[in-house]
Amino acid sequence: MKAVKEMTSWDVEAIRKDFPVLSRTVNEKPLVYLDNSASSQVPQTVIDRTSKYLAEEHSNIHRGVHYLSQHATTAYEAAREKVKRFINAGDAKECIFVRGTTEGINLVAYSYGRKFIGEGDEIILSAMEHHSNIVPWQIVAEERGAKIRVIPMNERGELIIEEYDKLLNERTKIVAIAHVSNSLGTVNPIKEMIATAHKFGVPVLVDAAQSVPHFPVDVQDLDADFFVFSGHKIFAPTASGIVYGKREWLDAMPPYQTGGGMIRTVSFEKTTYAPIPEKFEAGTPGIAAGIGLGAAIDYLNALDFEAAAEYEHSLLEYATARLSDIPEVKIIGTAANKASVLSFTIEGIHPHDIGTILDQQGIAVRAGHHCAQPVMQFFDVPATARASFAFYNTKEEVDKLADSIQKVIEVFA
Amino acid sequence: MSELSELYQEVILEHNKNPRNFREIESPDRTADGNNPLCGDALRVYVKLDGDTVTDVAFKGSGCAISKASASMMTQFVKGKSREEAEVIFDEFHRMVTGELNAEAEENHLGRLKIFAGVLEFPARVKCASLSWHTLHAALQGEGEVTTE
Repeated sequence: MKAVKEMTSWDVEAIRKDFPVLSRTVNEKPLVYLDNSASSQVPQTVIDRTSKYLAEEHSNIHRGVHYLSQHATTAYEAAREKVKRFINAGDAKECIFVRGTTEGINLVAYSYGRKFIGEGDEIILSAMEHHSNIVPWQIVAEERGAKIRVIPMNERGELIIEEYDKLLNERTKIVAIAHVSNSLGTVNPIKEMIATAHKFGVPVLVDAAQSVPHFPVDVQDLDADFFVFSGHKIFAPTASGIVYGKREWLDAMPPYQTGGGMIRTVSFEKTTYAPIPEKFEAGTPGIAAGIGLGAAIDYLNALDFEAAAEYEHSLLEYATARLSDIPEVKIIGTAANKASVLSFTIEGIHPHDIGTILDQQGIAVRAGHHCAQPVMQFFDVPATARASFAFYNTKEEVDKLADSIQKVIEVFA
Repeated sequence: MSELSELYQEVILEHNKNPRNFREIESPDRTADGNNPLCGDALRVYVKLDGDTVTDVAFKGSGCAISKASASMMTQFVKGKSREEAEVIFDEFHRMVTGELNAEAEENHLGRLKIFAGVLEFPARVKCASLSWHTLHAALQGEGEVTTE
């Protein structure tokens, strides 16, 4: 096994105490939660903040003159401010609350697409996209008579940037790419890719669902036009997510969903819309989830997030080394620059059987196509098993994973 | 691994390794495709009929150990049975893996297919065990395609 840098300066045992679920058992074994890319666990501070809102502060926002409504509005808008600082947006109004990354990409695809994409135009995606960054664009392309162009990848699961450069042209209307691949763990060089797109005047949407959990981000430094992510992958409750968009784009785009809260005036002849962010926030949002997202950001801010990222990376290296030592295991996605996602297959054993047997050992991994069927087709596998790590996972848990994989191989020997 | 041993019994592991009737049938009378989009299991069932009798049945495709073993044992079990008998067994199998039929206590025709009762403890895997049966049912009904989700 390769020598792995010793993990220091990260008190993982103390961190684990912040997450109540981590002390439970599953199938009479201590839970080993390695499905963080699907959804991360929730710290007590976030649970407490959400409960407090529900117990003491709940009311509808943005419309009441009464105390509770104003209080809930203030708390919700404070969460938006936290999001702004977390991703370093220029203005909190550029941060739109949505249900999650999927809804966020749909918002941009339909709103931007219906206004700015026309007959013969082109949309650039990459070969490693999640279905939620493929299907909305396909529908828009079909509706508008546009074409989808795909940046290819190599056998390590890295985008071939020279091919991307060739795909860009005057017909390109948007580039939509993952910051980090959910199925392969590849970290894409999005800052450079955005700069290239901007030379053609083309805006870029970054699917950041898998990047924000793993390392600090700065949307202004990246110069991202749209930056979309989910709260439930960064230790917040489900049904909280964010579309960051540059004001110049958001102002020019039509509403996505319509109804209450997003209007300025309505008559049967004509409706005028509220300014951003309300223009894109029709109806009552997930108030508790949004406030929970704010609390999750507070939690992350109180940590040394850089140290967390470094620790997590050392876990990935350790897990990669342990699994590489098992001859039957094949790691899918071996990019030079990876976040802590480890997809693998075992010769002759279907990933679902791997998942079930690991579950009996209390180990939660994902088994399936990870909503990335084109990636599975590229690597010619029906599915993979995927272990994904957070900063609360431990080296011992990686050992349990590796030992249990040996057991899986024995069962099927 | 007590519960596990109930799911991954020797018989199931053996059928997974050496699936029976894992082949195409030339000029079949009926075929149907079965897909489980959630896990990517995909198989095609081929049926040869003589009047009302299933004279040959085979399958091709990819899937997990449970779906492969279930398909393999299904082909062995159904061959030589009448369409009506096959449909009765499909119905009983379906009810067993969804917990509506207690195969130990209630009368049935499932015989050694009873080992699949173990999937009851693994809700995520019920569809793996029943995919081939739904596909056979679709083939016998003359429907070309079936999806389980």
